[in-house]
Amino acid sequence: MTENRAGTVRRICQDHGGDRTRMMDIVLAVQKEFGYVPSAMMDVIAAETGSHRVEVESVVSFYAFLSSRPKGKVIIRLCDDIIDQMAGAERVRQVFEEELGIRVGQTTADGRITLEHTPCIGMSDQAPAALVNDVVVTELNGDKAREVARSLLEYMDPDRLVREYGDGNNAHELIQSMVHNHIRRRDQVILADMTPGEALNKALAMSPAEVIRDVNTARLRGRGGAGFPTGMKWNFTRRAAGTDRYVVCNADEGEPGTFKDRVILTEATDLMIEGMTIGGYAVGANTGIIYLRAEYAYLRAYLEHALEERRRQGLLGKSICGKQGFDFDIRIQMGAGAYICGEETSLLSSCEGERGDPKNRPPFPAEKGYMGKPTTVNNVETFCCVARILEKGPGWFAQIGSEGSSGTKLLSISGDCRGPGVYEVPFGISLREVQRMAGAVDTAAMQIGGPSGQMVGPEDFDRSICFDDISTGGSIMIFGADRDLLHVVDQFMAFFIEESCGYCTPCRVGNVLLRKRLNAVRQGLGTAADLQYLQELGETVKLASRCGLGQTSPNPILTTLERFRPLYEAKLKAEDDGLLSTFDVRSAMSEAEAITGRSSVHFSKA
Amino acid sequence: MGDKITFTIDGKDIEADAGQTILEAAEAAHMYIPRLCAHPDLQPYGSCRVCTVLVDGRPQSACTQPVAAGAVVESGTDKVTEIRRQIIEMLFVEGNHYCMFCEKSGNCELQALAYRFGITAPRYPYLFPHRDLDATHPDVFIDRNRCVLCGRCVRASRDVDGKNVFQFVGRGPEKRIAFNSEANLAGTNLDVMDKAVDVCPVGAILRKREGFRIPVGRRAYDHVPIGSDIETTAAK
Repeated sequence: MTENRAGTVRRICQDHGGDRTRMMDIVLAVQKEFGYVPSAMMDVIAAETGSHRVEVESVVSFYAFLSSRPKGKVIIRLCDDIIDQMAGAERVRQVFEEELGIRVGQTTADGRITLEHTPCIGMSDQAPAALVNDVVVTELNGDKAREVARSLLEYMDPDRLVREYGDGNNAHELIQSMVHNHIRRRDQVILADMTPGEALNKALAMSPAEVIRDVNTARLRGRGGAGFPTGMKWNFTRRAAGTDRYVVCNADEGEPGTFKDRVILTEATDLMIEGMTIGGYAVGANTGIIYLRAEYAYLRAYLEHALEERRRQGLLGKSICGKQGFDFDIRIQMGAGAYICGEETSLLSSCEGERGDPKNRPPFPAEKGYMGKPTTVNNVETFCCVARILEKGPGWFAQIGSEGSSGTKLLSISGDCRGPGVYEVPFGISLREVQRMAGAVDTAAMQIGGPSGQMVGPEDFDRSICFDDISTGGSIMIFGADRDLLHVVDQFMAFFIEESCGYCTPCRVGNVLLRKRLNAVRQGLGTAADLQYLQELGETVKLASRCGLGQTSPNPILTTLERFRPLYEAKLKAEDDGLLSTFDVRSAMSEAEAITGRSSVHFSKA
Repeated sequence: MGDKITFTIDGKDIEADAGQTILEAAEAAHMYIPRLCAHPDLQPYGSCRVCTVLVDGRPQSACTQPVAAGAVVESGTDKVTEIRRQIIEMLFVEGNHYCMFCEKSGNCELQALAYRFGITAPRYPYLFPHRDLDATHPDVFIDRNRCVLCGRCVRASRDVDGKNVFQFVGRGPEKRIAFNSEANLAGTNLDVMDKAVDVCPVGAILRKREGFRIPVGRRAYDHVPIGSDIETTAAK
């Protein structure tokens, strides 16, 4: 069997030119073939790509969707993020465990089905949701979970789970998913009609420098969350020394609670690709890469088709729109389950076939990005804005929104509200207006920008969403009065621990320590000194971490310590009894008690 | 290259070559910036963050950050020292470090940093992880308990020895060092004379049959703090 397998793996490697920089594609293909990446096959991959076995193992072990151990033919990944928990994910898990006779993390005895947890899969507006291989199942409850489990046990066919298709292109023959768009507010920039090629033709009638000038005049800032001026980024890339520039579209939408790119990818596909193509023209690139998160693998065939259509229409490929010398094409790079890859240098590492570790900066991607070449990485939504700016003009775009933040923003709203979904709004909208729009009543807190953003309470509800006030990549989670906000904080910390790449000390160690102490406080073991500890440790992790993940990971604790301090104070011990919050005498003695077979006379359960 | 630029560290004017890192420039000026993952014979890595400095107020790792003309760098201030101290303490609680019977004691850079910073005990609770050993290789012993994930062995094996014996697997708190072999270290082509064996700052990679060849009391950091070699040359 090993020989047959080796033959298959060799063919897969050869299909990718034996190119080690295509390691992601190779190991994904091997996994598709065997359900995992067998240890013995790592040697074959290494030999075929001129790499080393341990390098292959390193990549496979980094990504949550890759495995070096056998798993079921069907893998059920239950989303366990906070919004899904609030919507009943716990009950869904129970039912799956009952029906399949296994616990989360296990595979059925016959080796057919594996049950796992996974962080946000971009379906917070239709939670609880799960991935069954590539198939998305949404709005689960106990009964539906039972139906899904039984169907899988009987037919082992995830496609059978989809009975009705969602709206828009979710029903497209290449998607056929039950996912709903839940577009609840459209505005003029992203979720409006467009004619493929119109913006591109206008761009090609100008010089690349003029295109960048227009993007600058429109005052477009990146929509991924950081808000870097897009035109400036493009200028750096254009002017950087070297050949073979690249345009990369960051479709690794991983911030918990955000799902707006999912909707853009199917409903504004052309707008996004057109923006990328304009980007290619502006920076002088011939190649574009869409980095698509593994959770959105169900959109891949549709996106490939959309690219093919545009090639057919002369909007991609050689001499685009008849413009001699402008050749630009796009490929899709699949991710494999790693939030960190939304960080632009990690994303590039991943595209190069490596672990998704962030890179040292400088050099910045504009100078040395993908394969060491000048590269611009922009968000899905940013590219859409570019196309619209070129179509309607920078002046038109700049007058939408607020003073320092032009244009519109897509918000992914979820949690305690009647209308979870995608809202396109002009910048400058107040949080109170967001609540009203989404049908949220009795709101206790809003998490703006996902776990890496900030939690705000009623005293901040008159503040507005824009780069100068509360900036966000689009994730907005709403929490009602009956929610345990410190549980939310705990879940966010668990998320960062799970998703830290482990490269730098503060993020790898600090977040574990933060969560431990947070929970000591939640259990009533803490004193005021423990809040001071959380504050100081949190600030150090923020300051000393190497990339954006670590630099924002303490935010759940720091922003709630600032704005929801009474929640912490209510948990503190009334009197400092001198006992360490980190020391639990019961658990410290449990091992000794187990060995001796008797429990402590002094510290037996009260 | 060849162009000289000037910037300041803790108010002192430093002349440096364009393209040098802050750490290199400081060292040339006989100023010691504490570091752990950095090694003079290896590519800068920027993972331990012990060399964190503030450059015009922004935190950067001195081992990866190029010098910039006119930059104002803070290195020895109370604020920066406190951050470094916290990072060193994190490294102690993350692994299982038993200095009193570790063969590396006295030559260990992590231990020496703790002494230099006056750390008697970490403020953080020990995490007591379960970590594996590997004693299969005839000449080299690996104890992951003492590993600080600095990546020196990874870089040395790849870039100096040309062997890629070591690489990291897993991520986050599960990240650990692995070998280029299906089973164990004996299955690799690691040689006891490899650079990778030499560069470990702690007692995670040890040569066998060398125990206490250099007696305690005559080890690198027994009498002078780490970094003294860089600083003392300043006096001459």
